[in-house]
Amino acid sequence: MLDPSPTNLLDVSHVSQTFAKGSGEPGAPVLQDVSLTLRTGEIVALLGRSGCGKSTLLRIISGLTRPSEGEVTLAGKPVDGPAEGVAMVFQSFALFPWLTVLDNVELGPRAIGVPQDETRKRALKAIDTIGLDGFESAYPKELSGGMRQRVGFARALVVQPQILLMDEPFSALDVLTAETLRTDLLDLWQDGRIPIKSILMVTHNIEEAVLMADRIIVLASNPGRVAAEIAIPLKHPRDRLDPDFRNLVEKIYALMTQRPEPKPVVAESAGAATGLGLALPRVSTNSLAGMLEEIAAPPYNGQADLPHLADSLQLEIDDLFPLGETLQLLKFAEFADADIKLTALGKRFVDMDVDQRKKLFGDEVLANIPLAAHIKRVLDERPSHRAPATRFREELEDYMSEEYAERTLRAIINLARYGELFAYDENAQTFSYENPT
Amino acid sequence: MSRINTFASAGRRILPNQWDVIALAAILALFVMIARGSHGITAPLPAADAPAVSLDYWQLPYYAMRTILRMFAALAASLVFTFTYATLAAKSRRWEMVLIPLLDILQSVPILGFLSFTVTFFLGLFPGNVLGAECAAIFAIFTSQAWNMAFSLYQSLRTVPRDLDEVARGFRLTGWQKFWQLEAPFAVPGLIWNTMMSMSGGWFFVVAAEAITVGDTTITLPGIGSYIAAANTAGDWYAITAAVATMAIIILAYDQLLFRPIIAWAGKFRVELSASQQTESSWVLDILSRTYWVRTAARPVFKLFRSIGLLRIGLPKLLPPNVVKATPEASRILDIAWIAAIVAVSIWAIWLVVAFVATELSWPDVWQAIYLTFFTLLRVVVLMALATIVWVPVSVWIGLRPRWAEAVQPVAQFLAAFPVNLLFGGAVSLVLTFHLNPDIWLSGLIVFGTQWYIVFNTIGGAAAYPNDLREAAANFRVHGWDWWRKAILPGIAPYYLTGAITASGGSWNASIVAEYVKWKDQTVEAHGIGAYIAHATDKGDFPKIVLGVAIMSIFVTLFNRLFWRQLYAYAERRLRL
Repeated sequence: MLDPSPTNLLDVSHVSQTFAKGSGEPGAPVLQDVSLTLRTGEIVALLGRSGCGKSTLLRIISGLTRPSEGEVTLAGKPVDGPAEGVAMVFQSFALFPWLTVLDNVELGPRAIGVPQDETRKRALKAIDTIGLDGFESAYPKELSGGMRQRVGFARALVVQPQILLMDEPFSALDVLTAETLRTDLLDLWQDGRIPIKSILMVTHNIEEAVLMADRIIVLASNPGRVAAEIAIPLKHPRDRLDPDFRNLVEKIYALMTQRPEPKPVVAESAGAATGLGLALPRVSTNSLAGMLEEIAAPPYNGQADLPHLADSLQLEIDDLFPLGETLQLLKFAEFADADIKLTALGKRFVDMDVDQRKKLFGDEVLANIPLAAHIKRVLDERPSHRAPATRFREELEDYMSEEYAERTLRAIINLARYGELFAYDENAQTFSYENPT
Repeated sequence: MSRINTFASAGRRILPNQWDVIALAAILALFVMIARGSHGITAPLPAADAPAVSLDYWQLPYYAMRTILRMFAALAASLVFTFTYATLAAKSRRWEMVLIPLLDILQSVPILGFLSFTVTFFLGLFPGNVLGAECAAIFAIFTSQAWNMAFSLYQSLRTVPRDLDEVARGFRLTGWQKFWQLEAPFAVPGLIWNTMMSMSGGWFFVVAAEAITVGDTTITLPGIGSYIAAANTAGDWYAITAAVATMAIIILAYDQLLFRPIIAWAGKFRVELSASQQTESSWVLDILSRTYWVRTAARPVFKLFRSIGLLRIGLPKLLPPNVVKATPEASRILDIAWIAAIVAVSIWAIWLVVAFVATELSWPDVWQAIYLTFFTLLRVVVLMALATIVWVPVSVWIGLRPRWAEAVQPVAQFLAAFPVNLLFGGAVSLVLTFHLNPDIWLSGLIVFGTQWYIVFNTIGGAAAYPNDLREAAANFRVHGWDWWRKAILPGIAPYYLTGAITASGGSWNASIVAEYVKWKDQTVEAHGIGAYIAHATDKGDFPKIVLGVAIMSIFVTLFNRLFWRQLYAYAERRLRL
């Protein structure tokens, strides 16, 4: 090969991303000091939970977004705008609804001035490769999700990219369709029928990552950073029931449910001391109670294997982990490797009636979530016993991005309502003790 | 399909089919009409005393044609305006700061009040030629459509789905390519809908603009509007009836031949996940898509358009991107300079207006104008309330019955297009015969054309009201006042408010026509800023017109901001289902 550095196709070095707040000043970082490489001939999965900045990272790599710091080089050239040689497949398919399948596929080459005959030839070949023959003149609206995503693949392949970027390409599809598309893509890749040097995919599905990738990069949240890198030495085609496969899945579950270490950015700040820097996920209180009951009941009897639980409850990790973490935070359950285990408190909760549950829940929220205690303290101190939400939102934004602050505030409102700690008036955007009597 | 069958049809295909004949006949007829209608546009201006319009019924088709051409010309102008103005506003942050508030104000200015200015201006451009008056009339229609359309495009451009935008950028489409491949198609459904709605308003303006007197100059353009004006002057009920019939036919033709096909065609530009349940259909589009010749002729045209849309036109990068990226400080300084420039220009403009008005008018005139505006405000508020009380229950009743809704909704849209001038005879006769107080009895004219927006939107809201909520209300036996207050009214509120805001804006405009009414040689006048402006226009008293329009604009803007916007924001936040 003439390429002087054939191994490193893509280099991401020390990339950080900070978005400005509404007020103009820089907010908390979304990505912090992320470095990774992509070599020729491998599939790499970026695995992380929603909000860990993995999609942002993918957009920085494709040149759609500029990083605040750091650099991306593609085949030795720095990326400073939408890059040649990469093509993206989207979670939402992102097809132009007013263009037919053929026109959608032809858009890329025609935009850069490839002659019409050449474009047509390449488009028909891509359509043929991806299994879309016969659908050329259909509009995306007429197609099922799986067929639409095939158009997405054909559209990306036709520009003959070196790297195929995939942003959760299968997560909007039903289980069966997703599996078919995954195996079809893997077959094409294994047989060398698609002229792509490397694939970088973003996913929140652990099994999908283990099934497809040669290497998994696990990202941690708030701020997004590389938490671990795991090589997957299994041979294709991989079998989900193979013990080695299962072990890897378990290992990654355990890795992703480890108690987060104190965050580097706010370690010395007041936020860590008061605990206000703790970002809360939005979870439904019904799901929390439901999960406790599920773990308490047979076959788990108080301790459940996470991959198993996710499978039987049909939950993605984006649903499962927030639930588990909230339970852990409230001391109702705790993670142990790839398992989740009820505590004595959790077992008591399961046996209670509704009113007792709410009382216990409220006490636990107050005791374990500093933000709840803080809001209650402010309400107690004020003669009016009312406080505007903006006050707390601004406090939170000192430690986390606007998005996280809003989500945390929503979460605490939800938890406090269930635990009957304090009330929130959506119209006036204020906290108070006033519930209709 | 068998081989033989294919051959047979392949041979026959070259011949036009029956649909081709229909389409071709229609197309030819269109050309003939345009040729005939455009013939009179550049004629010299007739002498002031010569009757420009005769009440002969046989002239009506010709007049109608002239009016239609005016509407089309205005539509074309509106489209050009929309695509430049809205695109600039959406693409440039600094221009956005100026253009969007300006557009907001323009929407609130009763342009009808400025007719006298535009007429004088355009007559000056083409002295002694009808073209000037034509331009003035076209401009009046333009003002009733352009703002709305520009807003629609601007909003679409700002809400292009992020993933599609990323695809376009990822494939490195140039600005030109991106506009025609992504942004313009995405904006099409909203733009067409707004154009159609604006067209109804356009009728009101064309009628007002075709026959206008400014001081000593009377301009009469052949058209439906001046026909109605002539009929009003002559007090000819039959002519009024004929005008109504003609308008009905034109509006129907517009709807069936132009807008329905376009809406049906635009269905494909809607960004939605699945094919929608109800797709609009149009028999005209069906005929066109069944033709062979017309389609064959159209194909290269479409192909050409697509190729033009894909031309690699874009701003050349003069500097490498990392040099272009300005530092935040430099950008902020530029912002400050820009805002200073805007403020300076605004102050200068205000000073200009004040100086003009102050040449002849003083403070008492201002107080008088404000005082009269309160009359009109009261009229608008009361009449809107009345229209609401009458029409909301009726519309809800209709809206909850799908069959009725389907039949009535187009009729309401249809009625909204009828200009209030048609009622002048009735109004004047009533007031004079029964010695009624014009301040009260002329008020109804203000909402004559605009109440239909309330009807139209409320029906839409009631029709979209979720069935399960209706069933729940019935199941828990919620009825009477409770049913209205808790079940249905919150559900239709966003729709009702959309209609009411349009109706309110239209009513202010209508007051200029509806507070000062002539029939034969009799004039009936109510107190109000509308009559004030109409009076000043008749006399050609320009400072008074400016003062009247300025005060009215301020009132309308405040009324919108302080009342309608607040209500609408609340409904959007809390009541959107």
